[in-house]
Amino acid sequence: MLRLHYNLEKISMGLVAAIIVAASIGGIVEIAPLFTVDETVTIPDDMRPHTPLELAGREIFMREGCYACHSQMIRTLADEIDRYGPYSLPSESAYDHPMLWGSKRTGPDLARVGGKYSDPWHVAHLIDPRAVVPASIMPAYPWLMEPLDTGNLGAELATLARLGVPYTEEMATNAAADALAQGNPDSDGAADVATRYGEKVAIRAFDGDPARLTEMDALVAYLQSLGTLTDVAFETEEVKVPEEAP
Amino acid sequence: MIRSLSSSERQLGIALSVALALLGLVMLGAAKVGPMAVHGAMAIAVGVALLFALGGGLAEPEPRGDRLARYYDEPTRFGIVMTMIWAVFAMAVGVWVAALLYWPEATPLWPWTSFGRLRPVHTSGIIFGFGGNALIATSFHVVQRTSRARLADSVTPWVVLIGFNLFCLWAVSGYLMGSTQSKEYAEAEWYADLWLVVVWVVYFVLYMRTLARRNEPHIYVANWYYLAFILVVAMLHIVNNLALPVSLAGAKSFTIWAGVQDAMVQWWYGHNAVAFFLTAGFLAMLYYFLPVRSGRPIWSYRLSILSFWGIVFFYVWVGSHHLHYTALPYWVQTLGMTFSVMLLVPSWAAAGNAIATLNGAWHKVRDDATLRFMFVAAVFYGLSTFEGSFLAIRPVNSLSHYTDWTVGHVHSGTLGWVAMIIFGAIYTLAPQLSGRETMAWPRAIEWHFWLAVTGTLVYVVALWNAGITQGLMWRTYDASGALSYSFLQSVMAMAPYYLLRTIGGALFLAGAVICALNTWATMRSARAGAEAHDRPLLPGPALPEPAE
Ligand code: HEC
Ligand code: HEM
Repeated sequence: MLRLHYNLEKISMGLVAAIIVAASIGGIVEIAPLFTVDETVTIPDDMRPHTPLELAGREIFMREGCYACHSQMIRTLADEIDRYGPYSLPSESAYDHPMLWGSKRTGPDLARVGGKYSDPWHVAHLIDPRAVVPASIMPAYPWLMEPLDTGNLGAELATLARLGVPYTEEMATNAAADALAQGNPDSDGAADVATRYGEKVAIRAFDGDPARLTEMDALVAYLQSLGTLTDVAFETEEVKVPEEAP
Repeated sequence: MIRSLSSSERQLGIALSVALALLGLVMLGAAKVGPMAVHGAMAIAVGVALLFALGGGLAEPEPRGDRLARYYDEPTRFGIVMTMIWAVFAMAVGVWVAALLYWPEATPLWPWTSFGRLRPVHTSGIIFGFGGNALIATSFHVVQRTSRARLADSVTPWVVLIGFNLFCLWAVSGYLMGSTQSKEYAEAEWYADLWLVVVWVVYFVLYMRTLARRNEPHIYVANWYYLAFILVVAMLHIVNNLALPVSLAGAKSFTIWAGVQDAMVQWWYGHNAVAFFLTAGFLAMLYYFLPVRSGRPIWSYRLSILSFWGIVFFYVWVGSHHLHYTALPYWVQTLGMTFSVMLLVPSWAAAGNAIATLNGAWHKVRDDATLRFMFVAAVFYGLSTFEGSFLAIRPVNSLSHYTDWTVGHVHSGTLGWVAMIIFGAIYTLAPQLSGRETMAWPRAIEWHFWLAVTGTLVYVVALWNAGITQGLMWRTYDASGALSYSFLQSVMAMAPYYLLRTIGGALFLAGAVICALNTWATMRSARAGAEAHDRPLLPGPALPEPAE
């Protein structure tokens, strides 16, 4: 063995090849089976992708680095289920490019925050967290009241469709209009959003002002959608449904 | 830089600078607005600045005729300067974001000063800017000395260093503008990632060509580690960053990976960034500078082989320990845990080998702060790898994951191991490259040492307490079966620890500033004849070797 290595040290390409082989095995064994993820993770029937407005909100979530303090992955531990709700299932993030499971909980998990608070609560909290929760250490985001740029959404939906997210061509063409309509329930397009993305989609003036579409609309729409894209986690039998928070 | 290049090399440099400026122009022209346009403008600025510098230097006299019979150390010097600049910048950002967690109102109301945008500036700036420059700079030094050969040519080292620093600059300025893939330690967008691939291939080829010129039959163990660092980082970077840009004229892209698969790929990358960026490369430093500084050969050759292959083989399996109890398949979690525990063997073999090397030189460790930096680094390496294996055990992880314990663990590794070994290497290299016996201010090394050790201990102990407190508060039930603490109570309990961590970080930063000033003063007072104490170079192409 030593002798073999002694000789290997004289051949630089030999070392290179040996390193590549040694370092590849683990990755291949662990990652390759996940390529069959399409077969192993069944997408629930009621699962929908994010609407264009929610997608825009998701991008703001990434842009501001909310994921640095908030996870979106409830582990299979009793206290997490009691605190946050049923544990996260693989299918729930099947359309997420990238996933936002996170790694640090400076703030609470957000995987099921949708519907937990009202829209005005979120707006007030994001503009000044300490006005709502005095002991909070979350940063303030007053600049989110800026108008939302929807120009790129169509291309983004089309790109995601190419990666396998079930967006239709119709959804991509109407992405900007749908974003606008989802933030304005009285608009003509509001019904189209419901037809395209399902009746359960929230169509509201998330930031309180239907007349303009802001980044706040998008972010709050996204937060309110978290955990509501499918009900599968609540249907699985062994999952404990959390008691109401005191 | 320019004086060390021949006039044909200067012309090649001019051509490359023009190409860089043109690339920037294409990016600017295509994107017009947004992060990609700003990054195009940066590339133009760098290209034009280099163009002027090289153009102005065309008339300079040719370098000394015997330059090819010497080591090429100019790139190493530049790399050390960049290491210290990134160190001070990124650690200052670290202290600042640490302070924000204690004092959130301090955030000015500009989006780019927000915690979420600055945190990746800290992590990328420190890992890639500080760590990466140190790795590249020392690898150039070490591969030449251990091969007794000059770098294969004089232009590509500059391509590697300047290209790499441009990548770092693109990355951190992108996050400030809100451009991010949100993958930890791989946040930079697609064009920056492609650029890094190009730089990395140039680096690899340069390294191999230099090894091919060696005048020593054997490739020294430090070079195995540098090679593993270069190769595996390339592999990880490419796979994790596979993405589909929304448009070639904009920064936004979507990773091709989704959901569980993305999580697995991300943490396969993430943990191996720790393994092959923050460990393998630095073990290379340890295996070269520790014997050089202590004047003793590595204790055991067999142990070096065992630990090297153990680390290369085992590390790749462990990424899934970041995903215990999540939606990742159970068997993958179990594999990750098992290999994490086994990884302790090669890790401790490496740490033990380093410490045993110091046997017989303990008086030097006592008297020489530089050697003490390396010794402490090896000790913290051993401690952090033990802690890492422990945290990877599923039930332990159920408590520690998502808490500040993880951050404390990360910094026991990065402050105690990575930064300490870099400081040790810089304090060895800077005088040598300046033709001096010692640093300009030898006493300041002692100050730096104690600031660094105190800072690390304060930081790590504070976050152990923070993390364990958090973990316990989250899982405690009262007698009636309800959770005892609200999340907010756990946030409030963190305040004293976050304050302590900020103080510990500030001490560490103060030490790094001293190091930067000391290095600067040392390099400014460089004396002629820097090669005097160096290992003699054997000139000429490598002799053909019968073994190959
Ligand atoms: C510095 C870390 C930090 C960052 C960055 C951060 N948060 Fe928070 N967040 C917290 C903390 C701490 C709390 C708990 C206190 C509170 O409710 O304000 C919290 C609470 C929340 C809550 C309430 C959750 C619940 O279940 O009570 C929401 C929603 C939220 N944050 C959203 C966001 C969004 C959206 C962003 C990005 C724009 C963000 N946070 C960025 C730390 C952070
Ligand atoms: C001046 C000393 C430093 C201070 C004050 C500091 C501070 C911080 C802070 C506040 C965070 C964010 C933690 C959180 O989100 O709760 C962080 C994360 C991080 N830092 Fe540092 N840091 C310092 C030095 C370093 C060094 C030298 C390195 C590497 C060489 C490093 C690598 C990292 C990494 C990898 C993370 C991410 C940790 C994770 O995701 O778990 N830091 N640091």
